[in-house]
Amino acid sequence: MAKTFDLNDDSVVVVVGSGAGGGTLSNELVQRGINVVCLEAGPRLGLTDIINDNGAMFNRLSWLDKRIGTGDLNATLPLWVCKTVGGTTVHWAGASLRFQEHEFRARTVYGNMPGANLLDWPITLQELEPFYARAEDKLGVTGTSEIPRLPGNNNFKVMAAGAKRVGYKQVHTGNMAINSQPRDGRPACHQIGFCMSGCAIGAKWSTLYTEIPEAESTGRFEIRPDSMVVKINHDNSGKVTGVMYADKAGALQEQKARVVCVAGNSVETPRLLLNSQSSKFPNGLANSSGQVGRNYMRHMTGTVYAIMPGRVNFDRGTQMAGIIKDESRHDPSRGFAGGYEMETLPGFGLAGVASNTVAGAWGLEYAKVIEMYDHFAGMWLVGEDLPQAGNGVALHPTEKDKHGMPVPVVHFKDHANDVAMRNHAYKAGTAVYESLGATRVFELPPFPSTHNMGTCRQSEKAQDGVCNKYGQTHDVANLFISDGSQFTTGGAENPTLTIVALAIRQADYLADQLSKNQM
Amino acid sequence: MKAHALSRRDFLCSTSFVAVGLATGGSMILAPDYAWALSTTAVDSHTAQTLLVMARQLFPHDRLGDQYYATVVEAVDKQATSDAALRKLLTDGVARLDGARGIAWVQLSNGARNAVLKTEEAGEFFSTVRTATINNLYTNPLVYRFFGFEGSSVEHGGYIDRGFDDIGWLPNA
Repeated sequence: MAKTFDLNDDSVVVVVGSGAGGGTLSNELVQRGINVVCLEAGPRLGLTDIINDNGAMFNRLSWLDKRIGTGDLNATLPLWVCKTVGGTTVHWAGASLRFQEHEFRARTVYGNMPGANLLDWPITLQELEPFYARAEDKLGVTGTSEIPRLPGNNNFKVMAAGAKRVGYKQVHTGNMAINSQPRDGRPACHQIGFCMSGCAIGAKWSTLYTEIPEAESTGRFEIRPDSMVVKINHDNSGKVTGVMYADKAGALQEQKARVVCVAGNSVETPRLLLNSQSSKFPNGLANSSGQVGRNYMRHMTGTVYAIMPGRVNFDRGTQMAGIIKDESRHDPSRGFAGGYEMETLPGFGLAGVASNTVAGAWGLEYAKVIEMYDHFAGMWLVGEDLPQAGNGVALHPTEKDKHGMPVPVVHFKDHANDVAMRNHAYKAGTAVYESLGATRVFELPPFPSTHNMGTCRQSEKAQDGVCNKYGQTHDVANLFISDGSQFTTGGAENPTLTIVALAIRQADYLADQLSKNQM
Repeated sequence: MKAHALSRRDFLCSTSFVAVGLATGGSMILAPDYAWALSTTAVDSHTAQTLLVMARQLFPHDRLGDQYYATVVEAVDKQATSDAALRKLLTDGVARLDGARGIAWVQLSNGARNAVLKTEEAGEFFSTVRTATINNLYTNPLVYRFFGFEGSSVEHGGYIDRGFDDIGWLPNA
């Protein structure tokens, strides 16, 4: 019973984006009796559109509108995120980890790190724990409650055997939002591989086929695909009144709203706020702090591939169901603050391995490396990077997209702490594979960023960030940040579970405020 | 392909392909045993043949016949048909390869071919051909199966019953 709402209906909450933040928040709000219009920039696909082809699905799912990367980022594709109903939950690998207690207090625990713009979260792990539990239940996270973990594939077995040899203790197939047994009307994982091209059978949680149809069935929800929001409108009192968006035909429409929640991922969210500047808000909406678009984080990442003594076929099975957690602790004796996770990662097909194993390589020796494809094992290293004021998102001064919106320029440079952590992680990953007699080991630099955080961060004080501990902007009471942009720091863990937990918490708060007529 | 437009026919002995130039500006390259043919419309026979040899030079696999490298040339040629800048990039690039040692690059020794390619490494011509080779050669199912990538699995029910955990060589401790 999908409903449609009138453009002039100003009783609706407008949610921008339909991924982990926006899709979850939408469903949580409509379950509480609130009418929601969700505007999604991308098209709506079905399960039959999801095929096992890395290249085809990259083109079908990815956000390929022009973005300019500077600093350490890929210049033409700084981010690898999605433009589709379900957002990046269509592409994500499913790793669902809670942040650790100390990660909410990074400024206090890590101290003053020169060059970093560190801040403690205005929320503690203890406050978020009940919402983590609800998020894990919603996503059906393996290894939580009574949900069994997934079986380990060959790539995991290699990592686990090496981990044991080097003395790691916390090794398992992870906490994954991928069904290890049928649940919520979705099947158990068939070990297909291609998780990051979209799960063709829906065993992996994605808002595309969970939150969004569930929200539609209430009769209080409308999702509008192919709707790119370009501006948030406000009245003289400074409250937001609706959004301008380009519809599928490219025509500008205005959807009125009583509340606007922005969940466009950490580039589009600040881009939209910055593009909503007005005489009242000359630096962009909700930007009295000057922090909108700043403190962009993408996680310390890197990849280790190894050629093993025997066949692995690392593309078979669940891509990221495998983790070593021992290095995720904060232990400054290693030469850096914060920690990192080691997670299984395969190769994205033969073309992916040929492109990525050694950038730019060619010739007979490299051809022989590629010929060892079925002996490859791989892991991804993902850890906390530090917020820096100079890393962020800005609007290009002249270049505009087809809707007349300035192209985003995304800048990121590693902090010395990020570099020290990555070097440590490369060594640790290499040791795991060499303990089993790996003949060659390759250290791959970061891919285009999949974990994007921090550009509209939560802060206790209005001067330090953009929103409060509920994601409500300090400056505009009826404007919310509902995605990873609100992260104060990035933690070592894949961000989605925390995005979902914060969205559930925000829905509770927003519903309560609306019931008290406080918006 | 307008086969009647043949105007010139030359045999390139160094690699034993049969390369046929077409008056339309395109070409046809035939395998020595006529088992396969590569036809182009945007680039001429010499450029096509040089690109074919270059694709193999970049990623030489004894296990692969030339017909797989020919698909790389076909793909860039198809693109160049509607992209004049790409056509110029390819044609000029091949001319530079040929100019480096004063004789056609395809007729150089293996080591000399590599040495000339090395001087092109940082340029757009090289990276275009290299990327096209990766994206066309290694995404061909007939090629990637040779290397142990098994392609789409969902139609086979994934690997849950087909060896996702069949590794046999790991130590027990």
